[in-house]
Amino acid sequence: MINIFTKFSSQLLIGLGWTVFSSIIALFFSLIIGTIFAIMEVLPSKVMRTIGRAYVEIMRNIPLLVITMFFYLVIPNYVVKISGFTAGTIGLTLYTSAFIAETIRSGIQSVSGGQMEGARSTGMTYWQAMRYIILPQAFKIVIPPLGNQFVNLVKNSSVLAFVAGFDLMYQANTIASTTFDTINSYLVVGILYLIITLPLSYYMQHLEKKLA
Amino acid sequence: MQNWINALSWLNLRFLLMGLWVTIYISVISVILSFIIGSILGIIRYSKIKWISKIVGFIIDIIRNVPLLLIIFFTYFGLPNFGLRPETIPAAIIAMTVFESSMIAEIVRSGIQSVSEGQMEGARSTGMSFVQALWHVVLPQAYKNMIPTIISQFVSLIKDTSLATIIVVPEMMQHAQVIYGQNANYILPMFAALAVLYFIVCFTLSVIGNAIGRHLS
Amino acid sequence: MKKKFWLISLMACIFLVSGCGKSTNNQSVLKDVQQANTITWGVKGDVKLFGLIDVHDGQQKGFDVDMAKHITKHILGPKGRAEFVTTTSQSRIPLLKNRNVDAVIATMTITPERKKVISFSKSYFDAGQSLLVPKNSKIKSTKDLSGKTVIGVVGANSVQNIKKVAPKAKIIELQDYAQAMNALKSKQGDALTTDNGILFGLAVQNPGYEVRGGTFTVEPYGVAVDKGQTAFAEAVDKAVLEMQHNGEYNRLIKKWFGDVPGFKYKELYRQ
Repeated sequence: MINIFTKFSSQLLIGLGWTVFSSIIALFFSLIIGTIFAIMEVLPSKVMRTIGRAYVEIMRNIPLLVITMFFYLVIPNYVVKISGFTAGTIGLTLYTSAFIAETIRSGIQSVSGGQMEGARSTGMTYWQAMRYIILPQAFKIVIPPLGNQFVNLVKNSSVLAFVAGFDLMYQANTIASTTFDTINSYLVVGILYLIITLPLSYYMQHLEKKLA
Repeated sequence: MQNWINALSWLNLRFLLMGLWVTIYISVISVILSFIIGSILGIIRYSKIKWISKIVGFIIDIIRNVPLLLIIFFTYFGLPNFGLRPETIPAAIIAMTVFESSMIAEIVRSGIQSVSEGQMEGARSTGMSFVQALWHVVLPQAYKNMIPTIISQFVSLIKDTSLATIIVVPEMMQHAQVIYGQNANYILPMFAALAVLYFIVCFTLSVIGNAIGRHLS
Repeated sequence: MKKKFWLISLMACIFLVSGCGKSTNNQSVLKDVQQANTITWGVKGDVKLFGLIDVHDGQQKGFDVDMAKHITKHILGPKGRAEFVTTTSQSRIPLLKNRNVDAVIATMTITPERKKVISFSKSYFDAGQSLLVPKNSKIKSTKDLSGKTVIGVVGANSVQNIKKVAPKAKIIELQDYAQAMNALKSKQGDALTTDNGILFGLAVQNPGYEVRGGTFTVEPYGVAVDKGQTAFAEAVDKAVLEMQHNGEYNRLIKKWFGDVPGFKYKELYRQ
């Protein structure tokens, strides 16, 4: 196992880099998209609510692998060529954004309805109240669950291996098939994944306790 | 249009549905097994036997924090080192059960904890033992609250089964690949079919889960 | 104190997974299969002409699969059974070493690197690596691959070969040939490389694509058995030789490759 670490260290580091890079990009965009759809889901307009709901339900109920492969194999035939890394990251973003939307929506709804009315009565518009009163509180509530989503994101980024996204899992596959040492190759990347995800989830547990 | 008609011929659809059957079969067995194992682990986590609880907790944390793909690989390629040689479908069931058990264990643990400590003490003060109090008072309430969460785990499980295509488990994703592998023109219809079929199964379950959740609360 | 605890547990877990039970059992696979009267073969499920899953019945079909059936009869007698497990280029060696399968006949080239971990029969089919490109592609041979993206499959030695032949090409490895072909079609790469037999199969399924540039390597396919199972490998050799003598081999070649346009199947005949 140690030999795999030393012999393939550069390849593993590249994989680690792409995994982290993809996860951070996907986190950034899925936070934005997730927030947008979460707000849509609580808007007074029924049309908007339905659109928001539909997006979340579709993305939540289709496997990530199907979404990712769709962007890798289908979209280039009809729309625009995208690389495996991009396809994987888009898939991750859309999939995760649905879960983030769910989390933030329940965060918003848990901030009492009275607050919105209170803010409106001081002369704020709906959007001002949302921006300055509701969302800041909602975000505070949802930080721990969002952290868990990030851990999921890092784990789910292994789907990039299916589309040649050069991530850790992809490197593990190529290392395993050149060294024929399957178990140790996967053990090595398992440890690398844990180095990212374990501290993150322990920190989130800690945060959860502190905020509770 | 012709591609769609050819791609979604009865022959291909039947093959896809055979895959869906395997997907559901794997998911149902795994969810039942992991419900049992996860409950036991969750109770151990909650129990006051400190060192067992810690070790179990650590193993659960490891499993929860690595990609499911790795667990699938370890099951299929690693278990034979211990004298077990599962075929693809059993391997998928084992991998899903290991992964899902640790998810459910955490749900059960926090579910038990959320039933107020007072209830446990109250039950104990009437002369019940720890196990009796757990079984008759705490668990029924905890499980009632957990049902929606566990159903949503079931939905994740169905979706995650698609990853097992990497070890050529004959589930729906794998069968779709076989079909679009034979004619590259079938790829769009196949992805449409995949999306629709997964959506129908998962969404129906989600709706049921939500309905139960509302009914209980 | 707490940190030490985690560290020790982590180490324990690693040893548990990596260290345990590496005992290679030295039982004779030949004896095992004779006793069970069954040979479990690892075959491909995604390669037309060699091993492809048929949507009618979910069974694998192709030259490799038929070879396996015939070899089984030669080794075990007419009542011998052949069972099949679908493998990929990635999974076939681990499955063989773990004894999930008794032998692998899955478009597998005999290479020195592989010989370090498994054993092979003599070659039963001579393939050579080539390129599959769209008909309107400017790529004529491996010389034109500089700066281009070439698609391969994880675990196939064609990936290693192309790195040597065209060091300036960018290589992406996908899970199986279904993904690889569709990736080529989606312009994720400029060429798909693997053995010509597999490529001709893909070209048959996908008009608009053709095999180019002749073969630039020699890829003798062998039946793979676990390391040291020489008795089994010799039994396979004997079976293949018998098939060549009585014409079974040539009939199978004609059955699977006779109708492939551009494929000179008669060159593969063996007496």
